[in-house]
Amino acid sequence: MSGSSSQGPVSAEDARIAPKPRLRRFHQARWDEPLIFELSSPGERGVGVPVTDLPVPSLPAGLARAAAPLLPEMSQPHVLRHYMRLSQETLGVDLNVDIGQGTCTMKYSPKVNDSFVRDARIAELHPLQDEGTVQGVLEILYRLEGLLKEISGMDRVSLQPGSGSSAIYANVSMIRAYHASRGEGELRDEVITTQFSHPTNAAAPKTAGYRVITLMPDADGYPDIEALRAAVGPRTAALLITNPEDTGIFNPRIEEFVRLVHEAGGLCCYDQANANGILGITRARDAGFDLCHFNLHKTFSTPHMCGGPAAGASAVTSALEPFLPRPTVEFDGTRYRLDDDRPESIGKIRPFYGVVPNLVRAYAWIMALGGEGLRTVAETAALNNNYLISKVLQIKGVSLPYAQGRRRVEQARYSWQKLNADTGIHSEELGYRVADFGTHYWTSHHPYLVPEPMTLEPTESYSQADLDEYAAILAEAAREAYEDPELVRSAPHNGPIHRMRDASLEDPGTWAVTWRAYRRKLG
Amino acid sequence: MGHPYIPNSDPEIRGRMLAAIGAASVEEFYADIPDAIRLHRPLDLPAPLRSEAELVRHMDRLLSRNKPAELSFLGAGCYRHHVPAVVEEIANRSEFLTAYAGEPYEDHGRFQALWEYQSLMGELLELDVVNVPTYDGFQAAGTALRMAGRVTGRRRLLLVGPVDPDKMSKIEDFVRPDHDVEVLDGTDDGWQAADLVVGADVAAVYIEAPNYHGVLDPALPLLAERAHAVGALLVVGCNPISLGVVASPASYGADIVCGDIQPLGIRMSFGGGNAGFIATRDEQRLVREFPSRLFGVVPTVVEGEYGFGDVFYDRTSFALREEGKEWVGTAAALNGIMAGVYLALMGPHGMREIGETILALTAYAQERLAAVPCVSAPNGEAGAGLVSFADFVVRFTGLLTAADINALLLERGIQGGKVLSETDALFCVTEVHTREDVDRLAAVLEEIAK
Repeated sequence: MSGSSSQGPVSAEDARIAPKPRLRRFHQARWDEPLIFELSSPGERGVGVPVTDLPVPSLPAGLARAAAPLLPEMSQPHVLRHYMRLSQETLGVDLNVDIGQGTCTMKYSPKVNDSFVRDARIAELHPLQDEGTVQGVLEILYRLEGLLKEISGMDRVSLQPGSGSSAIYANVSMIRAYHASRGEGELRDEVITTQFSHPTNAAAPKTAGYRVITLMPDADGYPDIEALRAAVGPRTAALLITNPEDTGIFNPRIEEFVRLVHEAGGLCCYDQANANGILGITRARDAGFDLCHFNLHKTFSTPHMCGGPAAGASAVTSALEPFLPRPTVEFDGTRYRLDDDRPESIGKIRPFYGVVPNLVRAYAWIMALGGEGLRTVAETAALNNNYLISKVLQIKGVSLPYAQGRRRVEQARYSWQKLNADTGIHSEELGYRVADFGTHYWTSHHPYLVPEPMTLEPTESYSQADLDEYAAILAEAAREAYEDPELVRSAPHNGPIHRMRDASLEDPGTWAVTWRAYRRKLG
Repeated sequence: MGHPYIPNSDPEIRGRMLAAIGAASVEEFYADIPDAIRLHRPLDLPAPLRSEAELVRHMDRLLSRNKPAELSFLGAGCYRHHVPAVVEEIANRSEFLTAYAGEPYEDHGRFQALWEYQSLMGELLELDVVNVPTYDGFQAAGTALRMAGRVTGRRRLLLVGPVDPDKMSKIEDFVRPDHDVEVLDGTDDGWQAADLVVGADVAAVYIEAPNYHGVLDPALPLLAERAHAVGALLVVGCNPISLGVVASPASYGADIVCGDIQPLGIRMSFGGGNAGFIATRDEQRLVREFPSRLFGVVPTVVEGEYGFGDVFYDRTSFALREEGKEWVGTAAALNGIMAGVYLALMGPHGMREIGETILALTAYAQERLAAVPCVSAPNGEAGAGLVSFADFVVRFTGLLTAADINALLLERGIQGGKVLSETDALFCVTEVHTREDVDRLAAVLEEIAK
């Protein structure tokens, strides 16, 4: 080689790589990706289809499609590239410290479990195949029911619900069938729930025909037991309650709640969406509940898939067993079979037997952990949460309402009320700024009971360094709110897009749910 | 040593974190859980399969007891179609597989992919409003009927059969508080739907295209007139993969269209691949009744950028709890992205071709099987004038029952149709079948049917 550098010898200082900054210099991919319809190029094709020389029968009058659907015409590499770019503009759990999506239990989904469901021996099974050819998947369902029976303390479990909300509805439907079977179907027309439970605990019983009574929290954030005493009575069909609630506060009087409802002849139904912090610590049955459900995509680690497919499990005591969705999976010692002959069953909740790929993943996850492992999951989730609380509460402008001096279990709902009063910045805006550092947080369900809320749930999947990093991001965004509020107000700066003009989403004249609607209204 | 899924499970790390919190042990975090309801023993579960190798071996032993059929004629609500490799390449992307409920600013790609799914389905269905997928086609039908009930304020629902009995079970359970369901179950003469009399107390007439037996009822266009004449809505359940060749229900007057997107690029997975769609015209009285999420497109502060967000959020239980419409929660969004990729790959010509192939093969199968002694295909007879799509009824007119025939087929490596009765079974062909597959079925039936 000739022509050596004119700048002279390189010093060790010049060659040394500087330490990473305390906060990441994150920037998400920004592709300015067009809408898929804008990528259409007539004449291109994405995939070949088998064609036949058999005659095509003519359709009856009015049932033949007059004009081809206006789908885009794209070659295969262009379809792939478009969606790859959209995937890069999405912040999945595998990319970020996703502890800010409280109530959703964002945790690691082991990759090996995905390999089981991509296997043709699950993916290519038709649900109506002869039972002799599907003994393996039936065994998995039977075994998973057994695991969830032990984890909940309940007597039977249906794996058919399509999600946690679907399981809540299945449970309400079983409650309705139970009271009807005792001649009290007309009499018991009220369901009691709490303000900090998932909105479905109010909406599903309403859909099922019940009047819904919502208990508000008392001064300490616990569901108000005096309000329960006032609400419960001969019209009570059931109590639907989460514990710990979405504030992370465990209601220590839960047995008394159950007793009061039982004494009035109602059933008690436990929403275990927040079970992650209490696995192996306390069970629905131990507190006297009659039914409970699990969100398998939360507690049992199946991936969240942009909002599903999820999977739910409804667990019941033997008194409710006759009403379970059909079929159940039974085992006679040598052979597994589906039992559809269940005369008191509420019937079908979804087609076939449930979201089987997620049932397989949940089974594999529990098998990899065992009883001790599940307890370690719970304890670590609680440890991480309380560690994060200790870090977050050092940040100016934040507080943790309710239950002062008490510990939270697996999540916490904070308030930025003081920061808002001091700076005018809302929690939602602060969240948009947090996104600039490669992570996310969620406020809470509406209506906001905690002012300027932020709900964090660290789960067991994050390390101490992850928690420190997340707390440092929050601290930085809060500092900016005080020192440079415009920087926060104009966020996000490092995302795929900038702040939306989204008022048109509420206006029937301008909202556009599809490209054809957009073209018609605004194009 | 810690568990591989749990970074902070090592005792030394835990000790360090407890010290930082100022807690003596993790027990402190459970102080609010009364002793009486504590589980004072370990969960009684099998010993953990801590190593990935052990877990794989265990799962492989279970999976090896499943035998996907080499040649199967099962359909009845779950369909084997070819799934293009690109569909799963996208669905398996970690960003999509593990994303959840992020804001449009972090999850812009997720929002765009789902809005595009709505839009692609909108073109197929010729309707302006399509929801982010609900759980499955059963739920979609139940919700569509309740939507019609809320729009009209009426109690009666007329279901023109045949409808899958399992779907009927779901619908009846779901609409029970507000509706009386009347089933005009024309297992044999349902396609006399033109004679249907619709009263002024009817909220909705529900019919499927194709119906549970695979038949495209020639009276479908007339039904819309009958329903609308008395102010009822027409709700049509359809198989979206037929719509490259079959008229969209909207084109003959359907007010709400629903169904299952499993046929659009989603594997069967023992019935785990189903996901539902609901679609309507862009009318406020209809849009306001959707319980599920509807994404809309909006500009951002930077010219040339698209943003996406929830349309009319105050419809939902997320906003209003029991005052929202039904409920919304995690449902089946990724299936929607998959169906979107599928429709983009297929384009208008692919959808037409697949529809034609399935129509032609269904007709061929009906004709070919009906030529076998002791076998008939009642809806495919020349005089019936009916066209079937994918599913079709096969009747065994000899001494053997449909279940007997299925058992004999299975011995010969063929999974027959879904048994409907002593004599009838619901068989199905799609584009993955060939004329030779149908010929092989016919040849075996010639040998065994008597």
